[in-house]
Amino acid sequence: MGNFWKELKKAPISAKLGMLIIVVNAFVAIFAPIISPYGETEIVGSEFEPWSDTFLLGTDNLGRDMFTRMNYGARNTIGIAVLTTILAFLLGSLMGLLASTLGGWVDQLISRIVDILLAIPTLIFALLVLTIVGTEIPNVIACIAVIYSAPVFRLARAVSMNIVVLDFVEVARLRGEGTWWIIVKEVLPNSMPPLVAEFGLRFCFVFLVISALSFLGLGIQPPTADWGSMVRDNATLITYGDVTPLLPAAAIAVLTVGVNFVVDWFLYKTSGLRDDH
Amino acid sequence: MTTNNDSDARKGEVLLEMRGLRIEGNSEDQWHEIVHGVDVTLRRGEVLGLIGESGAGKSTIGIASMGYAKPGLRITDGTIMFDGMDLRKASETELRALRGSRIAYVAQSAAASFNPAHKLIDQYCETPVQHGVKPRAEAEKEAVVLYGRLRLPDPENIGYRYPHQVSGGQLQRAMTAMAMACQPDLIVFDEPTTALDVTTQIEVLAAIKDIVRLYHTAAIYITHDLAVVAQMADSIMVLRFGDTIEVGTAREMIESPKEEYTRQLLAVRTFRKEEEVSNEGLDPILKVENVTASYGGNVMVLKDVSVEIHKARTVAVVGESGSGKSTLARAITGLLPPLQGQVYYHGEPLPRALKQRNRDQLRRMQMIYQMPDTALNPRQKIRDVIGRPLEFYLGYKGAKKEERTRELLSMIEMEPDQYIDRQPLELSGGQKQRICIARCLAAEPELIICDEVTSALDQLVAEEILKLLQRLQDELRVSYMFITHDLATVKAIADEIVVMLLGEIVEQGPKDKVLAPPHHDYTELLLSSVPEMDPDWLDNILEHRRELESHLVGQRPPD
Repeated sequence: MGNFWKELKKAPISAKLGMLIIVVNAFVAIFAPIISPYGETEIVGSEFEPWSDTFLLGTDNLGRDMFTRMNYGARNTIGIAVLTTILAFLLGSLMGLLASTLGGWVDQLISRIVDILLAIPTLIFALLVLTIVGTEIPNVIACIAVIYSAPVFRLARAVSMNIVVLDFVEVARLRGEGTWWIIVKEVLPNSMPPLVAEFGLRFCFVFLVISALSFLGLGIQPPTADWGSMVRDNATLITYGDVTPLLPAAAIAVLTVGVNFVVDWFLYKTSGLRDDH
Repeated sequence: MTTNNDSDARKGEVLLEMRGLRIEGNSEDQWHEIVHGVDVTLRRGEVLGLIGESGAGKSTIGIASMGYAKPGLRITDGTIMFDGMDLRKASETELRALRGSRIAYVAQSAAASFNPAHKLIDQYCETPVQHGVKPRAEAEKEAVVLYGRLRLPDPENIGYRYPHQVSGGQLQRAMTAMAMACQPDLIVFDEPTTALDVTTQIEVLAAIKDIVRLYHTAAIYITHDLAVVAQMADSIMVLRFGDTIEVGTAREMIESPKEEYTRQLLAVRTFRKEEEVSNEGLDPILKVENVTASYGGNVMVLKDVSVEIHKARTVAVVGESGSGKSTLARAITGLLPPLQGQVYYHGEPLPRALKQRNRDQLRRMQMIYQMPDTALNPRQKIRDVIGRPLEFYLGYKGAKKEERTRELLSMIEMEPDQYIDRQPLELSGGQKQRICIARCLAAEPELIICDEVTSALDQLVAEEILKLLQRLQDELRVSYMFITHDLATVKAIADEIVVMLLGEIVEQGPKDKVLAPPHHDYTELLLSSVPEMDPDWLDNILEHRRELESHLVGQRPPD
């Protein structure tokens, strides 16, 4: 732990800024009900009220408090994005490790399925699937997780391919260890750094796709607050020169940039460590 | 090409002088001094051997003679005078003009130093053309001459090949040719033969020695092998932990070393196993019968190989790269199921493939690898590395497992309290190899297959490992199958020897019988390739080898 703080102190300013952004976002997402003055879907005034002491950032197209919606939006959008990314990683890494450890036809089969997935444009595929199965939140999560497990699979497979040929994996095979042990104890711990870095990057993509889907009306459904649909709902205000509808978009942008700052630092750290040996 | 008459006339003049050289290395954000004030003097046309174990700073000093320090290193003190020019004060531009044209460098791994995307001759010509020493056409002509002098086959055309199309020994010679391209005053050879087979090493040594003599080039020859440096150098400098231990002419150092450490280095390879009784009438624990194996395709890597290994004996399998000795180990362990033939264990046939063998069959046969770095999972603590086979094969858990792990650590002469919680990264190469041995012993095996277990280690460390293996054999009565290309190791530890050539056994039998004349031609070629601690050895032996090689034409892998 002491090491962690020491590393943190030495982090470049961009990484520190990124961490600050992530911490603030996490704080808002967790404590949304406490810091928000109103309820998530509560109609508290007339439509499109300007910024004031009662409504910090004004109200939206239905008269709900914009500040409250922003806080809840953080919770919903980030929460779903994190969950989706975790699922995508579990699925993608497991498949990737299986493919590289077992090799042969298993590798061929999974790799070709993933090739097909990668060949279809992400957003169009998501739109198609969600139109068929419906836009409930579990469907959204499952659909995006499957789509994004494909690039994760490719990375996990490529990284672990270089590890399964090392002698210590052969030692485990010679000992008679099962596939599961080899994956979990020998290969996975050594493929972690690139996977963790990829996690940060993928999170940004997933986050943007969810927002894009919501903007198109196929993601998180009203009245649940989320940053993507909030941009769409209040889009008319832009014509009046009001910046309010751009705030959720700005929140998306800032969080994405923040996560990327941290990931860059982490990538630099892990590749730097490799140069030492 | 004209020989450099100019430098011939100036022979004896001091070319390079380093005084009080201090170099620091950076680890964990702190600078530690790794070279503590070393003096080096080199005259024109002279070859200086730098010798020491890893960490002695020999490469660092060699590279510093070019006024260069690798990233993470810095030269902090001392002077480096090259032909009247202070390299520490010289600008980057001046240094660049010098490097490649007047000082050249030959790295340990030629394979890693050539750009795989360009032909050899293009890479040869780059330096002279870049430095404006000579035009491309002239450089190409000279390359052919040099290739010929370094005894590369087909010197007219070999330059038009890509690096992957020639062998390791040829590549190392092509690299030497490249270093000679501008006829430099000084060449730094950084362990140029360490990665090569003995039979290839001797060819490269002879080629380097001839060419350096012919052009009166001064050279710094870095190696950890005293016998090799004795062939090459006029004078030898012994280094340890960044300090000079002893300097003298090659003959002085070999015949009458003053320091204890030099004597230790000289005494390496004198370890001998005590004679054992014969195997007559005993059943072997492992019997390999007429095994043929292939990695697919029509090329058989093993052809009709039969070997027997008896209890508490060591069978050494010797051969060059490509002889199939490691493949034999893979066939025995089941990693590569043989196409024909059978492996018997205590008379019972073993299933061909690894997956069909039961846990007890796996337990009785363990393996130690060449590279302890990759044979240990860097993310596991020593406790887990040794504990796993205890749990997996013997069902040890909790306190019993802990106790046995500590016992095994003591057995390999490592202090349990100090090492049990460490990770492989925190150990030296020799210590890692000891951990690999302990991991094998944890399974309580009857046979341990040792695949080149000492080749990646320094000589003194390697000797310690051999002694440890021998002690364990005496105590635990395990058998070893010892795969190696190093005949000195074989002489030290083997009871029986199997000599392999291109997948076939050419000679096998008790050590004394195989090592005593009359030899099979190939065995003799191998034996005669092991450098001896005698400065005249190389010159005397080359003649004899030409004769042997002519008998073996067509039977050896093309070098």
